[in-house]
Amino acid sequence: MKDIGLSHFLIVSTMLFFIGVYGFLTRRNMITMLMSIELILNSCNINFIAFNKYLFPHRLDGTFFVLFSIAIAAAEAAVAIAIIINLYRARKSIDAEDADSLRL
Amino acid sequence: MSASTIIFYILAAITLGGAILAVTSPKIFRSAIYLLFSLIGIAGLYFWLNYEFIAAVQVVVYVGGIVVLIIFSIFLTAGAGGDMKDPVKVRSLFAGLACLAGYCMVYFVIQRSEFIPALQPSIGSEVKTIGEQMLSTTTHGYLLPFELVSMLLLAAMVGCIVIAIKTRTAK
Repeated sequence: MKDIGLSHFLIVSTMLFFIGVYGFLTRRNMITMLMSIELILNSCNINFIAFNKYLFPHRLDGTFFVLFSIAIAAAEAAVAIAIIINLYRARKSIDAEDADSLRL
Repeated sequence: MSASTIIFYILAAITLGGAILAVTSPKIFRSAIYLLFSLIGIAGLYFWLNYEFIAAVQVVVYVGGIVVLIIFSIFLTAGAGGDMKDPVKVRSLFAGLACLAGYCMVYFVIQRSEFIPALQPSIGSEVKTIGEQMLSTTTHGYLLPFELVSMLLLAAMVGCIVIAIKTRTAK
């Protein structure tokens, strides 16, 4: 069994990415679609950290990208949940197929 | 097989198993809890790589913030108990095939490519180093993106309040 290298992390993050894509394509509930998006964002973060650790240990750029990406993901999740709650008030449903019009 | 190898595989199994259960579980509340386990597994992977600060940020922001927000919104909208509607059979079949094909493609690219590490010594990832470089204005300083992210968070906060506020309907 060889040591854990960069490719192990890349394979884990690829699996996580495609699990997220599968969830995004099959789920119809908007909150679970949002969870799939979080999984996809996290898989990208794993990639950044793994590249920083194994290929460029003398720099910190991957770390900063992950920090900013986490901050932006938090902002995105908050705005998305505000929109979902507002939509639920108008439609009494969080199914993506019921959200078929831009006006309330 | 050393202990750290075994720990890596356990963390990867927690992450991927949690993720699979989170996207397939029929109950929405359980789905959120499985997502929690998956995110904790990812934080464990960061600890495994000796990036303690990023792991702490992952636990604080994702586990303590975003998952709690998602659970609140589940209680405000769908309720926790009932099953969700099943996904359309044809759609999940083709989504699975597309994901499998995409995964195989990326897997072969990863196996064929060669990664050449830089030879400079590691500077580590202490909080002191991260903080000094994040707030420096010299080359490789990240002060401008830092300020931009703070403005983005303010805008998102105001936007959330404006979107979700209850407007009183005129009688």
